[in-house]
Amino acid sequence: MTTQASGMGGPAADGAPADGTGEGTEGRVYNVAGGDWDEVVRALQDGADQEDTEHLVVNMGPQHPSTHGVLRLVLTLDGETVTELRPVIGYLHTGIEKSMEFRTWTQGVTFCTRADYLAPIFNETVYCLAVEKLLGVEAEVPERASILRVMMMELNRIASHMTAIGTFGLELGATTVFLYAVRERERILDLFELITGLRMNHAYVRPGGVSQDLPRGALDAIREFLGRMPHQLAELRSLMDANPLYLARTKNVAYLDLAGCMALGVTGPLLRGTGLPWDLRKSQPYCGYETYDFEVPTQDTCDAYGRYLVRVDECDESLKIIEQASDRLAGPRPENDPVMISDPKIGWPAKLALGGDGLGNSPDHIAHIMGQSMEALIHHFKLVTEGFRVPVGQVYTAVESPRGELGCHAVSDGGTRPYRAHFRDPSFTNLQAVAAMAEGGMIADVIPAVASIDPVMGGVDR
Amino acid sequence: MSEKTPPNEPEPDEAALAGRERLNEQVVRTGMFGTQTTGDTSGYGGLQVRRAPPPFTPRPYGSYFDEVADALTARLEADGGGFDEAVERVIVDRGELTLHVRREHLVAVARLLRDEPPLAFELCGGVSGVHYLADVGRELHAVYHLVSITHNRRLRLEVSVPDADPHVPSVVSVYPTCNWHERETWDFFGIVFDGHPALTRIEMPDDWKGHPQRKDYPLGGIPVEYRGATVPPPDERRSYT
Repeated sequence: MTTQASGMGGPAADGAPADGTGEGTEGRVYNVAGGDWDEVVRALQDGADQEDTEHLVVNMGPQHPSTHGVLRLVLTLDGETVTELRPVIGYLHTGIEKSMEFRTWTQGVTFCTRADYLAPIFNETVYCLAVEKLLGVEAEVPERASILRVMMMELNRIASHMTAIGTFGLELGATTVFLYAVRERERILDLFELITGLRMNHAYVRPGGVSQDLPRGALDAIREFLGRMPHQLAELRSLMDANPLYLARTKNVAYLDLAGCMALGVTGPLLRGTGLPWDLRKSQPYCGYETYDFEVPTQDTCDAYGRYLVRVDECDESLKIIEQASDRLAGPRPENDPVMISDPKIGWPAKLALGGDGLGNSPDHIAHIMGQSMEALIHHFKLVTEGFRVPVGQVYTAVESPRGELGCHAVSDGGTRPYRAHFRDPSFTNLQAVAAMAEGGMIADVIPAVASIDPVMGGVDR
Repeated sequence: MSEKTPPNEPEPDEAALAGRERLNEQVVRTGMFGTQTTGDTSGYGGLQVRRAPPPFTPRPYGSYFDEVADALTARLEADGGGFDEAVERVIVDRGELTLHVRREHLVAVARLLRDEPPLAFELCGGVSGVHYLADVGRELHAVYHLVSITHNRRLRLEVSVPDADPHVPSVVSVYPTCNWHERETWDFFGIVFDGHPALTRIEMPDDWKGHPQRKDYPLGGIPVEYRGATVPPPDERRSYT
C-alpha cells in the first residue's frame, strides 16, 4: 500500500476524499493544499507502524506555477528521490483539429495559430505550406511573402526562446531573468502588433502568401530592435551563464542523450543539446532558408544547461536571419511585387486598408465590387463563403519550430474544407521524455527537467 | 458497354480504362452540392459521383523512392517474405512516398526501416489517424511519418483497417515515441493498438464516451444570434464538399 499526498493544489487521487484527510482506496490521503508539510510528516510518523510509508504519491499540478501551464505530474517519491513520474495532459484540449474540419482552408489558419500560442507564426506557416503543397502552388508563392514568413518566424523564435529562458529562471527562483526576458518578448509582440495588427492569434500567414505587406515604419522598428537586441541578449547571458546557483540547478540535470532522443522522437534544442546539428532549416529547407547565412548551434552536454545555451545561441542566429531578411525587404522593389499568390481562385481579392473603424477591406475594393463589377462581387462572395477546392490527397510538411519539428499532416477529399489536419506538435512528443529525464533524480530536478523541455500546453493538447 | 470490342475500334487508352473501372465503384455523392433538404437548383441534380478507385503508382517511383523500395524488398525477401506480401500498394504523390502496409506486417516493416543501414529511418514523427467514412471496409487509417536523419529522407507508412475490426499492432516496441501518439489516436479515432503498454485516453477525460475526431461524431455547437439573425452552429452550415 502506498501513502498518497494530494498536495500543491492538485486534485485528489481516485477514490480519495474531496477534502481533508482520510482513507482512500489506494491508501491514506493527506490534503496539504496550503502546503503545511509538518502535519503530514507527523501523521506519517504516527502511522509508520501500520502502513508502508516508503513511497509517497504526489500530484504536482495541474495548477502549479512551475509546471508550465496545466500540466499534471504524478510523482512517486521515495524520500526526495523520484521513483516514478507520469505526466498527465489533456487539461487544455480545445479540439482545434476537429474544428478546422468545419471551416474553409483559409479559415483554418485562425484555428491552428492558437495551438502553440508561443509560436503562432510557425503553426500558421506549417499549415499554409501543407495547403500550398496540396494545391501544388509552392512555386507560385511570391518571393516577398516567403521573406516575410522567414522574418516573422525568426522574430517569433526569439520571442518564444525569451519565454523559455525567462520562465526557466523564474521557476528556479530568479525573477530578474524573467523580467528581463519578458521585456524583450514584449518588444517583439509590439512588432507583431505593428505588422499583423495583433499580439497573438495573428492569422498573418495565409495559404498563398501573407495577409498584408509591411506597414510604414515597420522596417525602421525592426532595425531599432536589431540594434538593441544583441546588447539585451548579452545582458541576459551575464545574469545566467556563470551564475553558480543557476549552474548548480541545471548542469548535469535532466540528462537525455542522442539515443534517448531518437527513441523518444525528441527534436529541437533538446536534440541539438546532444551534439547532433539536426535543424530542418538546414537539412530540409523551406521558405528559402537555404539562401540565408546562419549556423546551427549545438552543445554536447545532454543536460538542461546545454539546452539553455543552444536556445540563447539560436537567438543570435535568428538575429542574423532577421537582418538579412529585412535587408531584402528594404532593397529596391520591383513594380507589382505582391505578398499574396496572383491566382484569383486562391488569394482573396481584397486588399486590406486601415479605415476609421479599424483594419478592413480597402475602399477601392469595396467600390469595385459594390459599384462596378457584378462578377467581382460574386467572385468575392464565393471565395470568402465557400472557399477554394483542394485536390484529393495527403501531404506532410514540417518546419523547425522553437521546440523542434512541427509537422502538419493535411488530408483533402477534394472539398473546400480540410478533411483532416493533424499537427505533430514538438511539445507533445518531447514531453514524453520528462519521465526518462527525471526518474531516479531528486524532486527538485523535476522542475528544470520540465522547464528545459519548454512544453507549451496549448500545443500539447491542441 | 459491350463485351466484345469491334476490331476497327482503337484500343482504349489508360484514361478510358480508369473511367470504366470507376463505373464499378460505389456512388458517394449525388447532385451538385449533396443537398438533402431542398431541391438542387444547379441543374446537376442527376449527377452521380462515384468513389475513385484506390490509386497506386507503378515503378519507377523516382527520386530516392526506388532505392528505399529496393532496399526494403531485399531485406523482406531475405527474411522469407516479399515486398508485395507486406506492402499492399505504393503511392507517390506530391513528392512524397507512401507505403500502404498490411497490418500484420507493420511491426516487421517498421523494424527493418529503422534498423537496416540503407534505410535507417531512425525518427518517427508519430501516428496520425484519419477516418475515411466513405472508404467502406477500410475506414480507419493510421498514418506514420518517418524521418531518416542518416540519409535525410522522409517516408510515410499507412495502415488501413475496417471500422468493425479496428486493431493495429503497436509499434511502441520499435519507436517508443509512438506511445503517446497511439494513445491519442485511440482516444480520437478508436483504433486499438494491440500490444501498447497502457492504451488509455490521453486528451479526453477517462470516462468520455465516443471518439471525437471520427467523422460520425458531431462537432456540436450552438446557434449564434446577431442583430436578430441566427447563424447556425458550424456543423449545420452548408457544406460544399
